[in-house]
Amino acid sequence: MVERTPILNFFTHLILFVGFVFCVAPFVIVAVAASHNLKDVNDVPMSLLPGSDFWVNIKTAWTTTDLGPNLLNSFIMAFGVAAGKVIVSALTAFSIVYFRYPGRMLIFWLIFITLMLPLEVRIVPTYAVVANVLDPYQTIMDLTGLSWLIQKISGVQVQLSLGLLNSYSGLILPLVATATGTFLYRQFFLTVPDELTEAARMDGAGALRFFVDILLPLSRNNMAALGTIMFLWAWNQYLWPLLITTDQSHAMAVTELKQLIPNVGGAPEWHIAMAGTLIVMLPPLIVVVLMQRWFVRGLIATEK
Amino acid sequence: MEKRVTFGKWTIGILFAVPQLILIFTFFYWPAGQAVYWSLTLQQPWGGGNIWVGLDNFRSILANADYWNSITASLIFAGISTGLAMFIALVLAALTDRQLAGSWLYRVVLIWPYGIAAPALAMAFRFILAPEAGFMAFANHFWPGFWDPGLNGADAMASVIIAFSWKYVGYNFIFFLAAFQAIPRSLIEAAAMDGSGVIRRFWDIQFPLITPTIFFLLVINITESFQDSFGIVDIMTAGGPANATNLMVYKIYSDGFKGLDYSGAAAQSIILMLLIIALTIVQFRFIERRVHYR
Repeated sequence: MVERTPILNFFTHLILFVGFVFCVAPFVIVAVAASHNLKDVNDVPMSLLPGSDFWVNIKTAWTTTDLGPNLLNSFIMAFGVAAGKVIVSALTAFSIVYFRYPGRMLIFWLIFITLMLPLEVRIVPTYAVVANVLDPYQTIMDLTGLSWLIQKISGVQVQLSLGLLNSYSGLILPLVATATGTFLYRQFFLTVPDELTEAARMDGAGALRFFVDILLPLSRNNMAALGTIMFLWAWNQYLWPLLITTDQSHAMAVTELKQLIPNVGGAPEWHIAMAGTLIVMLPPLIVVVLMQRWFVRGLIATEK
Repeated sequence: MEKRVTFGKWTIGILFAVPQLILIFTFFYWPAGQAVYWSLTLQQPWGGGNIWVGLDNFRSILANADYWNSITASLIFAGISTGLAMFIALVLAALTDRQLAGSWLYRVVLIWPYGIAAPALAMAFRFILAPEAGFMAFANHFWPGFWDPGLNGADAMASVIIAFSWKYVGYNFIFFLAAFQAIPRSLIEAAAMDGSGVIRRFWDIQFPLITPTIFFLLVINITESFQDSFGIVDIMTAGGPANATNLMVYKIYSDGFKGLDYSGAAAQSIILMLLIIALTIVQFRFIERRVHYR
C-alpha cells in the first residue's frame, strides 16, 4: 500500500476477519447441524464438530420433500428464465438500437416502465392472468365488439381460454416479462462501432444476418453475465412458484423447503431441516463460486 | 445516444420487438391495469360481476389499523435493515479496497450470501436464532426469557432483519467494492504524498466519489426490502407474532390468497406501487445528478 500503518493494518485485518466469520458462519452451522443426530442438534450449545449422520440426514431430507424432481423443476425454471431473458432482451435491444421507426421511443418507455414494478407488487392480478392467459385478449375482443362480430358472421362464440397454472410456461413467462436484460444489451450495442455496421451492410448483410453473425458473437460476455444473474434470480424465486404450483409435480425445491420446518409439538428435527437447506443452498452457491466474474459483472451492469 | 448507421426496413425492426411487447402486455400492463380496476370495484359475493365502489377500498384499507401496523412494520424493517446492510458493507468494502495481503479471500467470500435464496437463508437463521435449540438458546440459558421470536414481536422483527441484512451485505459489498476500485489509484497516492492519512483520504476523496453508489444502493435496498422480504417472513415468522412482522407484501399475499379479498389486496398493491414508483423517481433524480457530475 501507500504508506506504513501497522496499527490500522491490524484493525483492518481484524474487522475483515470478523466480517468473514459472520459471513461464513451460517454456512458452517447449516453444514454441521446437517451432520448431527436429533439429540446432538438440539444440544445447548450445539457442538461445532461435525457428527456422523450427514448422509442419513441428506437422504431423509431428500425423500421427505421429494427433492429429486423438485430440484429438476427448479433447474428447468431457472434455465428457462435465463434463456428466455437472454434471447428476448437481445431481440428487443436490437430493434430499439438499430432501427428507426415511428413509436420506437414509445416502445422504449413501455419496456423501461416495467423496471419499476416487480412481480411481487402486482402478484394478485398476474396470478389471475396466468390462470387464463388469453383473458386479456378475450376482454379486448368483447369490448371492441369483435367477438360479437365473429359470432354474427360465423355463428361461433369466441371463448379463449388457456390456463397456465401448474405449467412451466406459467412459471417462466411472467418472470421473463421485465426489462432487466434489455438495457444491458442496449448499453452494449451502443458501444459497438458504427463502422462495423457499415462494413457489414457494404458486404450485403441484412439486418438478420448482421444480428446473428456479428452482434450476437460480440455480446457473448453480456450473455454470460445476464444468464448467470437471471439463473440465480429465477432459482431464488419463492412467492411466484408458491402460488402457481399447486400440485406436487411442478413444485420447486425452494418452496418445498417450508415442509421441513419442525412442527410445534413434534420432534425438533432441525438436522433434517438443515440438510434440506444445505441441498437447496448449494446449486446457487456453486454458480456464484464458479461464475463469480460473470455474476459480479452482470449485477453491476444490469442494475445501472 | 443514437446510432448513426441503422437498417432501413423498419417493419423487420418492429418484428424483433414483438415477443417482448406481447410478454409485457400480457404479464405486466394487463395485470397492472387489472389491479387498478379491482381496487376501484368490489366483487359481489354471489357472482354477477364487479360493482363500482370508487375509492371505498382505499378508504377502508386506510381506516384499518392492521394496515397501518403493516406499513409501520415495513418502514421499521426497511430502515434498520438497509442501514445495517449498507453500513457493514461499506466498512468491509473500504477495508478490502486497502488491498492488504489476503484481501482476495474477502473479495471472493463476502459476496456469497447474495447468491442464497431468501427462504433457504431464512431457514438457516430460523435454526440459528431458535429460542430452544441453536445458538440463542445459549443466551436463554443464562437469562431465561431473554430471546423468543415466537412470542416477542421485537425479537421476531430482529431475526427477520438479521436474515435480510446478512444477504444484502453481500449485495452492497459488490457495488461498494466496484465503486472503490473505480477511483483512480493515482488520486489516492497523490493525497498520501501530500501527507493525508487513511481516514482523511476516505472522507475527503473516496466517500464523495462513491456517493452516487450510496444513493443508488439506498433506493435498491429499500425497494428490495419490500419484495425480497417475503420469503424470509414466510419461513421465519409467517407475519407473527401478533402481526409484528406482517410486512406489506406479505399482507397483500395473505389478504389476496388466503382471505380472498382481491379488491383489498389490489388496493394495497396500488399503494405499494405508488411508493415504489416514488422511490424510483427519486433514484432517477440522483442518476441525473451523477451524469452531471462527470
